[in-house]
Amino acid sequence: MDISDLYQTFFDEADELLDDMERLLINLDIAAPDDEDLNAIFRAAHSIKGGAGTFGFAYLQDTTHLLENLLDRARHHELTLDRDMVDVFLQTRDLLKAQVACYREQDTPDEAAYERICATLRQLAAQDAAPQVQGSAAEPAQPLAEGTRVLEITICSVAAGEHDVLVEELGLFGDIVARESSADRLTVHLRSDESEANIESVLCFVVDADQLSIVAVTDQGAGTALEPTPVPAGEAASASAPEPAATRPASAGDAASGNEPAAARSDKRTAATETSSLRVSTEKVDRIINLVGELVITQSMLEQTTAGLDPELAARLAEGMSQLQRNARDLQEAVMSVRMTPMDYVFSRFPRLVRDLSSKLGKQVELETLGASTELDKGLIERIMDPLTHLVRNSLDHGIETPEAREAAGKPRTGTLTLAARHQGGNILIEIRDDGAGLNRERLLAKARQNGLPVSDAMSDDEVWQLIFAPGFSTAAAVTDVSGRGVGMDVVKRNIQQLGGHVDLACEPGAGTTVRIVLPLTLAIMDSMSVRVGAEVFIMPLGAIMESMQVKSEQVKPVAGGGRVIHVRGEYLALVELHRVFDVPNAETDLARGIVMVVQSEGRPFALFVDELIGQHQVVVKNLETHYRKVPGVSAATILGDGSVALILDVLALSRLSRQRQKTETRVDTPSVNLEQEIVS
Amino acid sequence: MSQAVAYKTEDDSTNMEVLVFTLATEEYAVDILKVQEIRGYSGVTRIANVPDFVKGVTNLRGEIVPIVDLRLKFDLGNATYDEHTVVIVLNIGERIMGVVVDGVSDVLSLTPDQIKAAPDFGSGLSTEYLQGLGSIDERMLILVDIEKMMTSREMALVEQATA
Repeated sequence: MDISDLYQTFFDEADELLDDMERLLINLDIAAPDDEDLNAIFRAAHSIKGGAGTFGFAYLQDTTHLLENLLDRARHHELTLDRDMVDVFLQTRDLLKAQVACYREQDTPDEAAYERICATLRQLAAQDAAPQVQGSAAEPAQPLAEGTRVLEITICSVAAGEHDVLVEELGLFGDIVARESSADRLTVHLRSDESEANIESVLCFVVDADQLSIVAVTDQGAGTALEPTPVPAGEAASASAPEPAATRPASAGDAASGNEPAAARSDKRTAATETSSLRVSTEKVDRIINLVGELVITQSMLEQTTAGLDPELAARLAEGMSQLQRNARDLQEAVMSVRMTPMDYVFSRFPRLVRDLSSKLGKQVELETLGASTELDKGLIERIMDPLTHLVRNSLDHGIETPEAREAAGKPRTGTLTLAARHQGGNILIEIRDDGAGLNRERLLAKARQNGLPVSDAMSDDEVWQLIFAPGFSTAAAVTDVSGRGVGMDVVKRNIQQLGGHVDLACEPGAGTTVRIVLPLTLAIMDSMSVRVGAEVFIMPLGAIMESMQVKSEQVKPVAGGGRVIHVRGEYLALVELHRVFDVPNAETDLARGIVMVVQSEGRPFALFVDELIGQHQVVVKNLETHYRKVPGVSAATILGDGSVALILDVLALSRLSRQRQKTETRVDTPSVNLEQEIVS
Repeated sequence: MSQAVAYKTEDDSTNMEVLVFTLATEEYAVDILKVQEIRGYSGVTRIANVPDFVKGVTNLRGEIVPIVDLRLKFDLGNATYDEHTVVIVLNIGERIMGVVVDGVSDVLSLTPDQIKAAPDFGSGLSTEYLQGLGSIDERMLILVDIEKMMTSREMALVEQATA
């Protein structure tokens, strides 16, 4: 066996172990960690360390060694875990992953990142070994050792005599890099990770706010971060108890930046080493899909032609045709499946995001995913990622409340965020649900007025919620670095519309918000029913049809506003006449002579009246927007066996469209007379 | 049914090659580089609730392409459809669309000094969509900026970026 094969095995194993480690860490119950889990995490680190030692991967070995020591103590209950510690473990795990990727590429891992993490881990070990040192001391010292910013603090109109005192005071925040005093002016360069606001608030005891200016002069990167310069614990401890929250983003960012180049490298690596799978550009796949689509059309054209031949003479031809049909269908399915990816690909990214974000925001959130196996076109998967991430961030930031607020509202301290995906007819429905505070009607309206949007107090709740999709709209009271800058929901909406889908939002104040994304399968084969109205053919998604029937005139009842309902087995269904919605000439108007389909996509089922059903078949969905635009009531188009175009009906939009038409029609005619006539006919 | 447009090679690159078509008695011209092909009018699927000049969509080798009748749009000529009805298939940006005209007559090359500024007609076709008037001998060609026109809001062929 070649030594490189052994390497390969080790790398694959290490990757798997690290993924396990991440999953276990995220699911770890910090208050009462399961011994088995802790053991598993420890074993993972231990195995990697062993392998790394064997192959001489020094960085990997050293890092895992430090991690292993901590984990070992944790599993023996000598070390009490807290959230910050798990965060550090997760960062370490990210670094390890990057290191493995580097070694796989025969590269040298990022030394700066390695030093940083090792320093942090040593700190954690030291902190716990010496519990008499104040708990907060080690915490701020760690980010100080990393790439810290240098702040230029200028204080005007202070007597020279006070300068020394101020410098001393500032020294508590970090390292004084430079100092410059003049008669009434003091300038100090301070290396510190403390936020400007914190420094300001402390100095405000001594000087007025207008005397003070604090500017970040440099963002000292990895260069100075290389040598760890731990601040003596006593000194840091006496500083005005810095909040760990302020320091964590910096370290998280560092870990991420150390990770990025490695991730890029690992991509390259995959292409080089994977032999059992093949990377093909999506354009090539799409071309094949298009060609197969055309093939299926040609096949059904041939089929229609041969159907007219004398079956006795053309027996062999018919046999060949049916075989061709089977093959064409199998081919089509096989090709389509190339592009299908389970939603898990998207969902699996969120546990980490939710965890990091909720701890940053001081919230407790549990993530629940449903329907991760729902398959979605690859192109859609990639393009849904950003909008979804945005919505999840929004839910965490604005939706779910802090544990205290939740408790006060009589809800469990831990909020739930649900991501759900499922197929619905020819669509994919993705829901982002939280059980947070929901939207605030008054605030939305006030903000809309402020933005000059036409709103009134009479607007329904539902209409008010949709305001959130207006450009530049944000109701967050404060701008956080998570969200709230107002470049949010309108971008989400636009992105989803570009995919040919739509997004809407339902909300129950106090109980939560649900955002639903409905995406049509833009690139798909759809099972459908073709129907005839007048001389026109329309395509109905088969999944939306619940049943079809002929109705008797006594089943039809008029309702106020010009509409009619059909009474089916105790249910009243609104009647939508396709020929009216689409102004089809020469269509059947007698309900008893046509056919009624009970259809449903979202919301309530309704009855759709058409002239006749033609047949059931698979159609290739073609986007209308490629060369034209969105058409109300139509989701896409397809090409029929004879080469002509047929429109695919958008079931949800149809009922809406029908209601709109009824409104305008009744305004024009006298409704009662109109109704009478219709019933008679 | 369809025929390829012969592309005339021209020595002078500043000249503009145009495809000349007729609407009623008037002669119009469009930049030939925007023209993909010329074909007959067939198999157009009507679309409801759109302006009458949008005849519908048709299948052009697997692409769903909208068809617009310029005779209806400009209120010119007889909007009848038979085997002689001509559709100019345009390629604008990434989009393909067809326009129905009375007939296609010529491919001509116009020198810059043959193109004059267009006066304001005050009806039908807005000067906004005109590149000018071409004059060759006694003929007057109305040069249409077809890209601007077809993508305009009033044609409603392209999804307008809505706020």
